[in-house]
Amino acid sequence: MAGLERPQAGRIALGREVWFDAQRGTRLSAERRRVGYLPQDYGLFPHMTVSGNVRFAGRRDRPDLLERFGISHLAQARPQQLSGGERQRVALARALAREPRVLLLDEPFGALDAITRQQVRDELADLLAELELPTMLVTHAFEDAGVLADHVGVLDEGRLVQIGTPTELLRSPASPMVAALTGANVIEGVAVPAGSGSTVRLKGGGELVSATRADGPVEIAVQPWEFELIDPRASSLTDTVTSVRPDRRGVLVRLTRFTVQLPHGESTRPEPSDTVGLRAAPENVRVLAARADGSAS
Amino acid sequence: MIAPAVWGGRADDDARAWVSALGRVAVALATVVVIAVAVAFLLLPIAALVTYQPLHDLIHGFGTKFATDAIKVSLRTNAIAFVLMIIFGTPFAYALGRRRFPGRSVVLTLVELPLVMPPAVAGLALLVAFGPLGLFGGTLSALGIPNPVFRQAAVVMAILFVASPFYLRGAIAAFEAIDETLLDVAGTLGAGSMRRLLQVAVPLAAGGLGASAAVAFARGIGEFGATILFAGSFQGTTETLPLAVYGEFDASLDQAISIGVLLVAVSAAILLSAKLLAHLWTSSTSTSPSRGGRSIFTLR
Repeated sequence: MAGLERPQAGRIALGREVWFDAQRGTRLSAERRRVGYLPQDYGLFPHMTVSGNVRFAGRRDRPDLLERFGISHLAQARPQQLSGGERQRVALARALAREPRVLLLDEPFGALDAITRQQVRDELADLLAELELPTMLVTHAFEDAGVLADHVGVLDEGRLVQIGTPTELLRSPASPMVAALTGANVIEGVAVPAGSGSTVRLKGGGELVSATRADGPVEIAVQPWEFELIDPRASSLTDTVTSVRPDRRGVLVRLTRFTVQLPHGESTRPEPSDTVGLRAAPENVRVLAARADGSAS
Repeated sequence: MIAPAVWGGRADDDARAWVSALGRVAVALATVVVIAVAVAFLLLPIAALVTYQPLHDLIHGFGTKFATDAIKVSLRTNAIAFVLMIIFGTPFAYALGRRRFPGRSVVLTLVELPLVMPPAVAGLALLVAFGPLGLFGGTLSALGIPNPVFRQAAVVMAILFVASPFYLRGAIAAFEAIDETLLDVAGTLGAGSMRRLLQVAVPLAAGGLGASAAVAFARGIGEFGATILFAGSFQGTTETLPLAVYGEFDASLDQAISIGVLLVAVSAAILLSAKLLAHLWTSSTSTSPSRGGRSIFTLR
């Protein structure tokens, strides 16, 4: 998209402007595309000051941009003196000085530690919301996409397998791979139609009721926060706790086959090696594409 | 439990400690001696050269017509060769450093060939290539270009041939070391290939470019073998400082030594300034997040 690679096939266009067309042999060079490209480590020029970096893109000083991104006081600093978040802001200011028609962010948090990562991501979310510029962000972490994106496209081995809002991807993943990417529990089982839905006998024992009607071998997806822990004697699905640890959204309980997210303030808290029962609302037990192998092994 | 060997007592431990202490002293002494001998071997000839004649004779030697002519020829030819080397060599090195094309390794080897070629052979090669009876001598005269042999142009060509590979080799390495991402980003920011070269690649490679240019310049100042065979040695036109040293060797040793001291001083000045430049450069960009432009010199 930035014009740095030569694709073998396909077409890239922005509005009516064709940037690349393999069939017609069209290829607009990077310097003529007006893409605001932020590489993984931001690619700031180490031999220029902050204002020099921004000037390079716009061919004139842009104190207004430095002001807007809150980096005026850093105008004379060198990139190597800046923190991760400051670098990101300089890189964005520089990209905007180019007056781009689209922003391209390549793994913007790849080089950051966990704490900085969260700060920089929240900051980026705010900045992007203000910009109102079409932005394409490449990431391996669904969480980043969930925080930043309106639409998420999932690529699996070079193919686009699903595109939709983060909520759509969580609610109805198109494949086990998408479900796993969003952090869902993906379990194999065999579905037996029951009423308008089905009962799914899970590999390794136990069963769950799904609101989707299905027949035969399937894979199902349940998000960690959609499980409830109940008394194992009253449950058709049981498992053993391996670890319990608090996290940002409550308590994360790992079982041998599942991961369950309990909300804050949950009164009963299981201990490791407890046997617990699991329950999920039938509409949250999503049946993914039926397995092709035809066995319930 | 069996006790450790009876003879392994205290006295024995003491003896072993003594031996190892002696060993350490011996190694330290040997190191000092080796360093002293090496430094003496390298420095004594230079000291002898500088102290051979009284200082005022030495300075008097610099001022003779013979010496000033050679200084002028050396400065002029080296300055021209240096400018040509930078103008043509820099884009050449950039292309070789940043692009991958078939035959690239062959070109790289050819660039280094003059480095290992005896300068006298280089002079011969230039003569049979561009001399009046050489391979391209006819072409030159057909084009109305005066033959360079025995002219200053021949001195410039000899210096270029022998010295510029030192620059090219260093410059290629310096351009190779630049982080690809920075050049890519420069492109997406609207910089064409000329701006990418002049505003991004050259500044990022400046440490390596400066250091290798200095080495090439020093090599050019000292150029002797190729020049004497290809350009001859005529006072005021082709007789550079090194040729003058050789020319005066039989006539006046004092005069030869004067010029020799001058050459040593010039070389030392170039070496020092190159190291200083490289040091200033690396200390201003050494914490750079990119892996670019590390110089080949370091000053400790």
